[in-house]
Amino acid sequence: MIGDHMPFKLAILSTDVLVWLLVAVFVFYAWYIRRREHLLVPWRRVVRSPSGMAALTVLVFFIVIGLLDSLHYRPALPDKGDKRVYAVEVLSVFDRLAEPLRTRQEKTYSAPLATHLYAKEIIELPDGRPGRDYPRLKNGGAHLKDPHADWVADVAQRALYGIAAAAIVWCVLTTFLCALLARRRAGNMDHAWHAVWRGETEVPWRVVLLSLALVLLISGPLVALSAKYHVFGTDKVGQDVFYQALKSIRTGLMIGTLTTLVMLPFALLLGIMAGYFRGWVDDVIQYIYTTLSSIPGVLLIAAAVLMMQVYIETHPERFDTTIERADFRLLWLCLILGVMSWTGLCRLLRGEALKLRELEYIEAAHAFGVSHWRIMSRHILPNVMHIVLIAIVMDFSGLVLAEAVLSYVGVGVDPSMNSFGTMINNARLEMAREPIVWWSLAAAFCLMLVLVLSANLLADAVRDAFDPRIRSRALSPAQLARRLAAARPRPAPERV
Amino acid sequence: MGAYIIRRLLYAIPILIGVNVITFALFFVVNSPEDMARVHLGVKRVTPEAIAKWKQERGYDKPLLYNDSAAGATRLTDTIFFEKSVKLFVFDFGRSDQGRDIGYDIRTRTWPSLAIALPVFLAGLAAYITLALLMAFFRATYVDFWGVVLCVAMMSISGLFYIIGGQYLIGKLWNLVPISGYDGGLDAVKFLVLPVLIGIVSGIGSNARWYRTIFLEEINKDYVRTARAKGLSELRVLFRHVLQNAMIPILTGVVVVIPLLFMGSLITEAFFGIPGLGSYTIDAINSQDFAVVRAMVFLGSVLYIAGLIMTDLSYTLVDPRVRLE
Repeated sequence: MIGDHMPFKLAILSTDVLVWLLVAVFVFYAWYIRRREHLLVPWRRVVRSPSGMAALTVLVFFIVIGLLDSLHYRPALPDKGDKRVYAVEVLSVFDRLAEPLRTRQEKTYSAPLATHLYAKEIIELPDGRPGRDYPRLKNGGAHLKDPHADWVADVAQRALYGIAAAAIVWCVLTTFLCALLARRRAGNMDHAWHAVWRGETEVPWRVVLLSLALVLLISGPLVALSAKYHVFGTDKVGQDVFYQALKSIRTGLMIGTLTTLVMLPFALLLGIMAGYFRGWVDDVIQYIYTTLSSIPGVLLIAAAVLMMQVYIETHPERFDTTIERADFRLLWLCLILGVMSWTGLCRLLRGEALKLRELEYIEAAHAFGVSHWRIMSRHILPNVMHIVLIAIVMDFSGLVLAEAVLSYVGVGVDPSMNSFGTMINNARLEMAREPIVWWSLAAAFCLMLVLVLSANLLADAVRDAFDPRIRSRALSPAQLARRLAAARPRPAPERV
Repeated sequence: MGAYIIRRLLYAIPILIGVNVITFALFFVVNSPEDMARVHLGVKRVTPEAIAKWKQERGYDKPLLYNDSAAGATRLTDTIFFEKSVKLFVFDFGRSDQGRDIGYDIRTRTWPSLAIALPVFLAGLAAYITLALLMAFFRATYVDFWGVVLCVAMMSISGLFYIIGGQYLIGKLWNLVPISGYDGGLDAVKFLVLPVLIGIVSGIGSNARWYRTIFLEEINKDYVRTARAKGLSELRVLFRHVLQNAMIPILTGVVVVIPLLFMGSLITEAFFGIPGLGSYTIDAINSQDFAVVRAMVFLGSVLYIAGLIMTDLSYTLVDPRVRLE
């Protein structure tokens, strides 16, 4: 076997499979609409929205981290004879990249960028006597000879390195973008840069570059400092909080996207069928979704998760490793959330299908003897896709927030899995400590806020672009300003 | 009207049966009572006798649907399905797995839940609608723009952070009110201020924005122009005419939650140590008390359906054109 000589063995988790399936679907969709102008039109509107593009720029960072964290493998143990042995521990590519963060453990709490532990312990003082003092950290700032004197200079220097690196990356990307724009409109780099900088391009590249600069400016120093310090401190068992927060991104993204993947088939099939066939089919489907939506969401989720816990506890032989068990639980959670959340979309689709089935082109299809199935898939489905798309993006942020609440209630993801909910849950009691341990909560707060906020902004942009009702309605001031700006005559409009 | 209500009530019965079947399947078919006993008694080193005793004490030792050994009608009634699920229809919740009377617990715990949920609901509704109308008043200005930005930012923060932050700031740092706890009578007020306040603030983002879109949809209609043309002030137009005409979409979202107020809020009550139904449910989930969770699922469904019926009835109150036949 080839696998015997590999330095690692792929460990394919079920959620990984679904995520990459989702990526494949997305790539296929992009390829499919590439040459279909009528499908591209609303996307062009999304791409022209400054807030949407800024949000997308930020989200790309999150998605890249989430995807890197979705490639799992088991590293080979040091050679023992001719047959390779693989570790039980399952790692992801992201774990490998963030190896120092993962492995450098402290004893217990330490503040962000600290060089000493949070609590006093009995240690050997410099003069040899035992006494109570804050012990040095094993890893955080361990390279400093005299932490009290060197700390400020070292942190500042590393932060500056980070900013410099971020600036270089930004310049390279900007040059690349300008070169690309210049090539497309056969101008020179200088003109392209000016167009970008004055905001005269069709796609708001200026906003994209500014938000990119902001993200790089924050993440550059964080990465540079995390090489030698714990930038967000450490938690109770001494694990790096920054690493936990980054790992939580995958969980959040999974819940937000896989749930949608689960619910889509139900909602699409049942919603369109109810609206198209009417009669008893409609009655049955309406009955099903009224029943499901009348059960309080949290309670049904709690009940289902409790049942799954019982299953896991009574069938321990099914799960080889903790990570597999946590993964099963995550998948199950997405499944339950999906079953809970298809009813809303299903109702919308039913209403739309009811409207569409009365239109003349459907009647014409009937007259030509097109089968029901084909009418639904070829003539109704494409015309309700905008509702589906809006529902997907609008649901995402709500699901990420729901995960935190569910984990707090104790029916969320496995406690061993990093997630914003688990972080908040663990940090809850730390607020009562003296001095207060705030960094876990702050890290979870910041990352969650950025993730959910950008998801919300992108969702708004997508909704504005796809919802046909929006454009006939009163304009928001931002839209009004954009309208006015667009109406203002410009000297020699150069579209890039 | 009376016939309509009766028809809606009859329509609720199959839905409740559906809810019942789902919960029954979830709690007794997916995992057998045997599995549940094991989880409660510890998975390893548990004797069959202990399991049998646990099941017998809680009435889980009967057959699921059909009792062969009984005679006559008791063949159907002396089963888990009848004892645990059908009896819910007459609000006979039975005893929890810990042996307490669930019906009594629910009756006593409803009041603390209501004491939080009702003020949050009423004051929140007033606050959100006022804010939304003000944003509509300042539409197409920077006040409105930044108002919406603030709303989007506020709705992007998890509710847990509002609670933790509020408890820390007001309870711990400023020492204004106790962080958590509950007391009967008038003393309850000092425990209720903070959860109510946080409940309102955490809902501002999504609600104010939602109502704003409703009002903006109304504001371009002809009657608004007429009202302005006859010389009414803009504030009067908004707070009287627009508000009244926007009642239908507002009621759609609002009335349905009124009966659910009895259920309390899981998170708020757990954080503030309020002995209401929300914390009751959380405790049941944490101690894996399936009888309580089952009762709460059923109660929640009943209240939700009551809310749906009330929503339809409320339409007739605000819009004389709506007739329920």
